[in-house]
Amino acid sequence: MSLLDMIGPVMIGPSSSHTAGACRIGLVARQLLRSAPVTARIGLHASFAKTGKGHGTLQAMVAGLLGFQPDDARLPAAFAEAAAAGLQFEFHDTDLGDVHPNSAQVELSAADGEHVTLIASSTGGGVIEVIRVDGFRVSFSGASATLLTRYTDALGVIARVASLVAADHVNIAALVCSREKRGGAAMLCTELDQSLSPAALGFLSGWPEMDWVRMVRPIMDAADAIGGGGTDGMGVPVLAGTTA
Amino acid sequence: MTPTLHEIMQAPSPASAWVLAHDCAESGLSEGAVKAAMQGRIAEMRDSVRRGLASSAPSITGMVGWNAKGLHDAPDVLNAPLLKRVQAYAMAVNEENARMGRIVAAPTAGSAGTIPGALIGVADHLGLSDEQLVMPMVLAAGIGQAISRQMFISGAAGGCQAEIGSSAAMAAAAVTELLGGSSRACVHAASMALMNTIGLVCDPVGGFVEVPCVSRNAFFAVHAVSAAQLALANLESFIPPDEVVTAMAQVGRMMPLELRETAEGGLAQTPTGLAVTARMEGK
Repeated sequence: MSLLDMIGPVMIGPSSSHTAGACRIGLVARQLLRSAPVTARIGLHASFAKTGKGHGTLQAMVAGLLGFQPDDARLPAAFAEAAAAGLQFEFHDTDLGDVHPNSAQVELSAADGEHVTLIASSTGGGVIEVIRVDGFRVSFSGASATLLTRYTDALGVIARVASLVAADHVNIAALVCSREKRGGAAMLCTELDQSLSPAALGFLSGWPEMDWVRMVRPIMDAADAIGGGGTDGMGVPVLAGTTA
Repeated sequence: MTPTLHEIMQAPSPASAWVLAHDCAESGLSEGAVKAAMQGRIAEMRDSVRRGLASSAPSITGMVGWNAKGLHDAPDVLNAPLLKRVQAYAMAVNEENARMGRIVAAPTAGSAGTIPGALIGVADHLGLSDEQLVMPMVLAAGIGQAISRQMFISGAAGGCQAEIGSSAAMAAAAVTELLGGSSRACVHAASMALMNTIGLVCDPVGGFVEVPCVSRNAFFAVHAVSAAQLALANLESFIPPDEVVTAMAQVGRMMPLELRETAEGGLAQTPTGLAVTARMEGK
């Protein structure tokens, strides 16, 4: 956690974990689709379910899905903003098992039918951790650029991805991978010191075993301090990647 | 790797310079960029204090909203302007927070008033500039990082001790450095603030960040100033600082779910607390 995460974020109240963290979960989730989400189904777990309403958790989550930052003055009015933007949403209580009490499952779909599901936890002070994407175990916080790839498990894929990242002069900070079964679908989650170049991303997306590639840009404030990262306000997320 | 409290304590004084250099080496950010961002945070904090002191508009539930202004406008019956200022500033920020206003989480929103209350309160009392607060604020952040090595900083995970204990420890170290304290004194101030917060539960009425959160920030901003005063007189925490954090983390794990932000125990379950919950559920 950076110094600017400890004294920060600058945010709309009233809760860093229930409001700012929820907003950031939305900010990450929307980047997993190629285009803006049109429907969202959000399951709130434990403390998110129990005390979320009084903390603006629902508005904050929707605000994040719309691309609003935690300090955006429109956050309290996110439901009206969603209606204007054509985003339909639905909340329900859920039990996600042995996860942090401030956790949520977010299921999104885009106008073209693309669909994604993630589970993320808000661990305190506005810091989040994404723990599942489409059922695969992952681990990333959005503090740094994160490359997610879903592919068919085969000898050397991870090594080739790592080589490509290195050839693009980008360092890997952390890496998690999981697969359904040998030779089945697999997901590789790599936290990077910078984003991959569009050329490298395009090349990676073209590999025959690659099913899905996403570059999640940083959502935390430390990214702002170097003038990079951050999300894109109201606009459509700038995404590289393809789906098979 | 995030430094421990012990490492910060062993650093050459002022501790903040070492914390900044160490963190920038890890993050790749420049020291100038972090300091500039921190200065922006201080300006945001000051703005939230100003708005909070000027407003008596009720919060979402109507339980708070007029306390900071009420104290600020009241006569100084104790002839203790520092005390009154620190308390009023702290509540100003948390009342803004409870109105869904713009604040700086430090480290959380529920504990956002403690650091501005203590640090800006002391600075205004002594006529110091906001520029002089930048490096103490860096140290506050470094202390928070060191605490977060061992525990999640949230009421849901560790009770209020994790939030207000952390903010008070961070504020105590920052005030100590502002007043010329050594690295050792700063960390001992943090440790003393923390060890006297262990066990505090998170039992917010109705689940809202209002009661007791708003007044609690006033109390713990003063708590932080007390810790700084002790440390600047070379008093020390008998239990080493990192061991105090370990103890707090252990108490957090032992704390029942009912007392960790779920509003199922303590003040939230009083007849008056339950009446607020019932009234708000109707809305």
